Amino acid sequence: MASLDRVKVLVLGDSGVGKSSLVHLLCQNQVLGNPSWTVGCSVDVRVHDYKEGTPVEKTYYIELWDVGGSVGSASSVKSTRAVFYNSINGIILVHDLTNKKSSQNLYRWSSEALNKDLVPTGVLVTNGEYDQEQFAENQIPLLVIGTKLDQIHETKRHEVLTRTAFLAEDFNAEEINLVIEKRYSLRDSNQIPGFPDRKRFWGGTLKGLHYD
Amino acid sequence: MSFLIDSSIMITSQILFFGFGWLFFMRQLFKDYEVRQYVVQVIFSVTFAFSCTMFELIIFEILGVLNSSSRYFHWKLNLCVILLILVFLVPFYIGYFIVSNIRLLHKQRLLFSCLLWLTFMYFFWKLGDPFPILSPKHGILSIEQLISRVGVIGVTLMALLSGFGAVNCPYTYMSYFLRNVTDVDILALERRLLQTMDMIISKKKRMAMTRRTMFQKGEVHNKPSGFWGMIKSITTSAPGSENLNLIQQEVDALEELSRQLFLETADLHATKERIEYSKTFKGKYFNFLGYFFSIYCVWKIFMATINIVFDRVGKTDPVTRGIEITVNYLGIQFDFFYAISSSKSSNVIVLLLAQIMGMYFVSSVLLIRMSMPLEYRTIITEVLGELQFNFYHRWFDVIFLVSALSSILFLYLAHKQAPEKHMTP
Repeated sequence: MASLDRVKVLVLGDSGVGKSSLVHLLCQNQVLGNPSWTVGCSVDVRVHDYKEGTPVEKTYYIELWDVGGSVGSASSVKSTRAVFYNSINGIILVHDLTNKKSSQNLYRWSSEALNKDLVPTGVLVTNGEYDQEQFAENQIPLLVIGTKLDQIHETKRHEVLTRTAFLAEDFNAEEINLVIEKRYSLRDSNQIPGFPDRKRFWGGTLKGLHYD
Repeated sequence: MSFLIDSSIMITSQILFFGFGWLFFMRQLFKDYEVRQYVVQVIFSVTFAFSCTMFELIIFEILGVLNSSSRYFHWKLNLCVILLILVFLVPFYIGYFIVSNIRLLHKQRLLFSCLLWLTFMYFFWKLGDPFPILSPKHGILSIEQLISRVGVIGVTLMALLSGFGAVNCPYTYMSYFLRNVTDVDILALERRLLQTMDMIISKKKRMAMTRRTMFQKGEVHNKPSGFWGMIKSITTSAPGSENLNLIQQEVDALEELSRQLFLETADLHATKERIEYSKTFKGKYFNFLGYFFSIYCVWKIFMATINIVFDRVGKTDPVTRGIEITVNYLGIQFDFFYAISSSKSSNVIVLLLAQIMGMYFVSSVLLIRMSMPLEYRTIITEVLGELQFNFYHRWFDVIFLVSALSSILFLYLAHKQAPEKHMTP
């Protein structure tokens, strides 16, 4: 069983946006009852049937590496985190729809993950300047997820969603906006409409990379 | 006429301080978070503004700027406002935000925060009993009563932080205490961390696969809900789920280990950076300062002991000691606040900071009085009444000594324990 191929995906984002809840929902098909701070990195695994129902169906292990912390951490913490950024196949960037700063910090998160080849304590753009060139030549597929959609008032939703659409465009990434309900204890991931479809699509991009 | 001019000068300076506090809040404290409740920012800036105004008034007193009657008026006004803030406003909001974080009490926030505030007031009042600050001439809610209590708390806080800072500063700056960390150590620890992560992953893969086959075979493993579900799960349990529980326990233990390893690795990285920093020019300069400060701090501790043993009251010591050390090491205290704050508790942390800052400033005013020449003492004595100033100096010495000695003990233990952890293979 361990002979299945593996796909390593990083889940990045600010403290408290809901990364652990998201990972738990994806892997255990249950909502996390009592989320607490993630120290270091927590990993979870999901078995995924790529291109289900087609003759080319293949089963993969998707490892979701949920890295805790904030972009403003001390450089020693950043250097330690860099250990997790080796040989990644994809990145999920999570931000909180009710918190603008978390969306802005996504640029810094992605820079940190993608530039891990440079020495962390060396000269690096640390003030979060965004360089589109950097992402143009990036091969690793990105997915932007916005959480806590239910906490935004109806009237403001349109404005928030347009803002996040621009964000996803900047990254040249796919975008999903989510609600992670905490009241229901049994919630199948199929109830989130369109998510399995996205998964398939995204699995496709990953697979393409995997064989490169 | 002159009163109007003086007042306008005071108000302008207060607005300036307010703006400065606002900026500081935005740039430094809430750098990584989003400000949702502007109340917190306003309260912080207001506390900061009034605290700075007090110092400004002292300087004006010494320099003889402004009319003396208008100075006196502003002193009274300032003191009243800052006491109102420190005793009524800030504690109430701290209670309110703490209660808001607890889900259960969300509905009746106001009620519970009022209750919390009343508890705080009760303990605040009881605080005054064992100390020689009651004077029968003045009523219950007079300024002297409130100031004396705020002063006690503030002086205690100042002394605690000064004591800790006095010991921590040499420890941080001097490279003598730095453990020797090589790249090999760091790589070894990182390898262990990654190995642990791999073990966790393989176990989770097994669990996921087992669950999948169980699901496909139709044994859907539902979490037992309700009373009967629990009874059922005790009596009958599929072998697959038992296996899962076992693996889950192993995974929990491994995850705990991975967290420990992560923290240790971060610690090693930090030490390595400090070693590199100490080799630079700035680092060498601070190293020298560290030696100088350690001698200075030892001398201060010695003087504090002498003062207590021989029942002396120091003339200038608390002021120089207090202001120098606390101004230098305020940076360390802010780092501590950054470390323990998060997006949920950030409001509470900032309000606590405002409260401590306000109390700091009030007690600094109390302590400063001692070192001022006689002619300038009059205004403070007039405004603050007949507080027993000698008591505050003695109290500062005692707490400073206690804090410094316990910090030495604490740092010694922490230092001894750390190298042993890394030596284990």
